[in-house]
Amino acid sequence: MSKTIFPPSIKSRPVYATLEPRPGKAHVVIADGEGADALGEMLDKAPDRAGMLAAMHILYTPGPNGTDLWAKVQGFGAAQTYRAPTIPAMLPRLGKVVSEAHMGTQFYVTGTEGLMGQAEREIMMTGLPFDAVQKEHRGSTLRRVQCVHCKGITENVAMDPFVCSHCGLSLFVRDHYSRRIAAFQGVNIDAEDPGLVPAAVERFK
Amino acid sequence: MSLDFKPDLGDFFKEETFRDDFTFKNSPAAIARFPFPFDRDDYMYSVNMEPHAPGRPGSVFEKTFDVDEHYVSEMIDRAKVLAEDPLRCQSLPHMTLAGWDLLELIMDSNARDYPQWFSLHKNGNQWHWINRPLGIDQKFTFLDESTLPYGPMEYITRQMQGDFSLQDERDGNLWMDAGMITTQADWSLDFDVGMNFMEWHAPVPLAHEKQIFDRALKFLLKLQNGAPVRRFNWTMTVNPLLDTAPETYPKWGPTKTTLTQDNLGSKQHLRVELQALFRLPRSNAIAFSIRAYLGKFEELVTMPKWGRRLHRVLRDIHPDIATYKGFIRNQPAMVEWLAKHDDGKPTSPGWWPTPE
Repeated sequence: MSKTIFPPSIKSRPVYATLEPRPGKAHVVIADGEGADALGEMLDKAPDRAGMLAAMHILYTPGPNGTDLWAKVQGFGAAQTYRAPTIPAMLPRLGKVVSEAHMGTQFYVTGTEGLMGQAEREIMMTGLPFDAVQKEHRGSTLRRVQCVHCKGITENVAMDPFVCSHCGLSLFVRDHYSRRIAAFQGVNIDAEDPGLVPAAVERFK
Repeated sequence: MSLDFKPDLGDFFKEETFRDDFTFKNSPAAIARFPFPFDRDDYMYSVNMEPHAPGRPGSVFEKTFDVDEHYVSEMIDRAKVLAEDPLRCQSLPHMTLAGWDLLELIMDSNARDYPQWFSLHKNGNQWHWINRPLGIDQKFTFLDESTLPYGPMEYITRQMQGDFSLQDERDGNLWMDAGMITTQADWSLDFDVGMNFMEWHAPVPLAHEKQIFDRALKFLLKLQNGAPVRRFNWTMTVNPLLDTAPETYPKWGPTKTTLTQDNLGSKQHLRVELQALFRLPRSNAIAFSIRAYLGKFEELVTMPKWGRRLHRVLRDIHPDIATYKGFIRNQPAMVEWLAKHDDGKPTSPGWWPTPE
């Protein structure tokens, strides 16, 4: 079961489990922020930790809340360990790793929903089997939200409602999640009564 | 905007608009065959599916796809929506074969059911399609995309009333991987394309807890080619606006605040979706047709049974459903207006307007 407690009622939200070590020819880990802890716990369960690390490529970036466990990630001693400053900066390298993955490669994606959604989308586009990808949520619940009106994506949304960073409309965050876009849906909150925007509350941290 | 067809209204099809001056209305004949969706005086979600078999002559169930007096004007409206926002029609790359399946189903059905309007001649894969109301005469090679001006799904659904989505079946689920969606009740194809059955239904209230979607999915996975099924859905729309898209909600949302007791009868529409599902032969995908019918309150109450029943349904509906369907703010005004058309007499079972 996921170690992050989510509010109920979000039926399009993916269900996250905990990472389990699986036998594989290669192990690709994509993590941000507190995802480093999930990786550490998974390695502690591995029957052949040294063998797994010898075939492991870790792509890591700090979390949107600033959590940076790079020293811990480096300390695992994987065959390849890479630090990206942001998720978008990581994606080109991830694309190459994914496109060159062979059958028998195991993917472990852990950290925030924004990281997992974007990594999963990259992996899905290659047609790799879905069950070769494990995900575990850790850390921030900040949301990546697409404005349904202008299609622009606002990253790391904490407040609800919030102002779209592209078109400026006030949006409420609908509990509707697209894996293809890797984002929740934002809908104009004052469309029927322009100007009547309720006070924003912090819903995501 | 230029159209790539040359409409011929003849003496059956009406010239009318679903935007700007909103001249749409139903003729008395169209009101008499309106698919009133309530078969009793109350409403709750259910898996209300039945075989999509040819129905009562003259009704919207008579043919596989209903083509009515609004056909030509609806196709002009669709062309305008697509010109403004091409993302309303999308097909993921693996769905082209399903698009051909859909094109064949529609062309075969319409040429058979409406020979006065549509013709299809096949010589092997060399096909010749004629659509007289839209002035289209197209020779093409079946299964060869390069011989049509659009992909097969977009080509044929630019000539069909109602929205269409195509569901790929894999991993024991249905994935909405293509669609032509311009007459939708406030949902976004661009956001939902690629989702599975549970994901795209996620925002619907109450029904998940009642296991509606689990049962519906199990039912649909068993759907067989040649044995389509259908169901109703419904909502409320102010003005005869077919394109109530979330994308344009800031434009049409404010119209919900314009209702008065004087204009409600002509501005408030019951929006009924006749939804049919077809298993497709080559792709094994499922085509979902979502045909929207708009009926003004003042038109519907010309059938006394419908006036009584609509009043009772809206008066007693679960507030979560009224909220999800987007009419909770106008529910009291609707009920007040409809109360004048409810004399308290009992209504007969079933949705037909007679017996009362």
